[in-house]
Amino acid sequence: MSGRAGPGGGRSRLGAPLALAILAGLAAIGVAVAVSCTLGPQTISVRAALDGVEPDRAILLGLRLPRAVLAALVGLALAAAGTALQALLRNPLAEPFVLGVSGGAALGGSLVLLASVGLSAVSGPLGELLGAAPPVAAGAVAGAILSTLLVFGLGRIGGRLVPEAALLVGIVFNAFVAGVITLLKLLAPPQQASRLLYWLMGAIGYESGSTLAVGAALVLASVAALGLLSARLNLLTLGDEEAASLGVDVRTARAQVFFAASAATGAAVALAGMVGFVGLIVPHLVRKVVGPDHRLLLPASALFGAAFLVLADALARLAFLPLGTEPPVGAVTAFLGGPFFLWLLRRATRREAELSP
Amino acid sequence: MSPPAAPPPSAPAAAPTADPIVSVAGVRFAYGARPALDDVSFTAREGEFVGLLGPNGAGKSTLIRLVAGLLAPGGGTVRLAGLDPHATPRRQVARVCALVPQEPRLDWPFTVREAVMMGRAAHQGLLALPGKYDVGAVEGALQACDLTHLADRRVDALSGGERRRVFFARALAQEPRVLLLDEPTAFLDLAHQVAAMEMARVAARGGLCVVAVLHDLNQAAAACDRLVVMGAGRIVAEGPPTEVLTAERVAQVWGVAVWRGENGVTGAPVVLPTGQRP
Repeated sequence: MSGRAGPGGGRSRLGAPLALAILAGLAAIGVAVAVSCTLGPQTISVRAALDGVEPDRAILLGLRLPRAVLAALVGLALAAAGTALQALLRNPLAEPFVLGVSGGAALGGSLVLLASVGLSAVSGPLGELLGAAPPVAAGAVAGAILSTLLVFGLGRIGGRLVPEAALLVGIVFNAFVAGVITLLKLLAPPQQASRLLYWLMGAIGYESGSTLAVGAALVLASVAALGLLSARLNLLTLGDEEAASLGVDVRTARAQVFFAASAATGAAVALAGMVGFVGLIVPHLVRKVVGPDHRLLLPASALFGAAFLVLADALARLAFLPLGTEPPVGAVTAFLGGPFFLWLLRRATRREAELSP
Repeated sequence: MSPPAAPPPSAPAAAPTADPIVSVAGVRFAYGARPALDDVSFTAREGEFVGLLGPNGAGKSTLIRLVAGLLAPGGGTVRLAGLDPHATPRRQVARVCALVPQEPRLDWPFTVREAVMMGRAAHQGLLALPGKYDVGAVEGALQACDLTHLADRRVDALSGGERRRVFFARALAQEPRVLLLDEPTAFLDLAHQVAAMEMARVAARGGLCVVAVLHDLNQAAAACDRLVVMGAGRIVAEGPPTEVLTAERVAQVWGVAVWRGENGVTGAPVVLPTGQRP
């Protein structure tokens, strides 16, 4: 009792686990990046690379490290967005990909890319400008925000958000987006179309420095915003009326979370296309360890999401090495995430059946 | 020395306790086209335990949601400590008024202490980092609701009665001046019902304005200072339990014939259905 009520006792109850979770998350990212950087088709020596021996140096610093950083950013964004959307929908099955937010972002990004192709036929430099990283990212973020509004708007029945309805709307919206993107690909010149396809499938490629910088800034800002909203997320999980009677302006708080989660998803999609299920698997596992407090859960999920995607990307590269090809990381996460989603769905339904008389 | 300007010496001290903290005047409300409240006027003071009675659909829950500012009246005024609760930022309203809903939800596995600490949110900063005072308020609320031994258990692993106590403790930790309870005894066994009513009564004795929607007329009559009876969106009777709870009124409002007697020990009015037609 005395220890709990001691000076700063309340503060340290959050502080110590938070520090521990952040350190563990950063350590996991470090290990994942190290694994991803050292393993690959070409055996390299890290010491030699750091001493400036070529081609080791070029492979490490020019190819593998940027790729690992990119995967880490995408994982960070998607896991944080997934955690926030689960709180908002009060359902552990919510996730940017499942809810169609990634799909909306992909559609937004694709439209901007194709517009740039069209524009470059008229004016080369203008087309290039529109096809650069910032406009495509902006298109993806706008697409993410619009699809979030659509899914949560249509998921409202009689003024109440029905999580199952929102999930169904998301799944149907995904199918719709896939159809539209297929049509868009037919309109694009073959070379652009295959680039679009590979991007959308969730490929962690070797992006330019400017793309990486824009994406990094957007991801870090939106994840930081979600971190600041994490105490509000705790209250929003209780339902609108209870959150309101505990002092939350629900509409404002929800709009802020929507915006930040959509921006994070949009940035992730702009960087790596549609990588699914990261926001489903990681928050679920992290919640098992750190509990439901979003002030802990959100930063921990974000960091372990980063580590998870770096490893998943390394796995995608290594597992198919003998075949001389590498699948996009989105295929690996879907391979893991699809069954995981079904397992969670059946478990949640079973628990509901047990609870109801 | 100007006698007309000087206020009467007793006025400033008497005014805050005399003014009702909850004041509803001529309020109308409809859910879409379905009217729920029609010209309802109602006040409640600090230190008072008011029981809100009436058949299902009479508008009781709607009335306390209007007082909490969760609904906007279609006409008339609602005042909570002088504020319009629907137009005031929720944070400010939550410092004055706590609502314990009928079926509080907590699907996420928070511990009892974490759940009760959420009552402090309106007093805390953006990240809800608990200060020394918050920790003290939570421990006090846990103690008052006999939850100290369960503080580190998960709320979703508790029994129905224990869960109710958690949400009551959360409302106490909120340190409101008005405590609104929506059917605090629903789904509880007799012992837990009695305990819930006693906690509400103690809160009122401690100076809170407690307004509870109740269905058990005898429990309401035994515990409340004042009863307000609603029927079809209107207030049909109001006053001390002995005056309000008559056989004629129960027959008229609920359509049930009752025998009206007195609790031999406490003297509180008691009504029991006779099984006859009213």
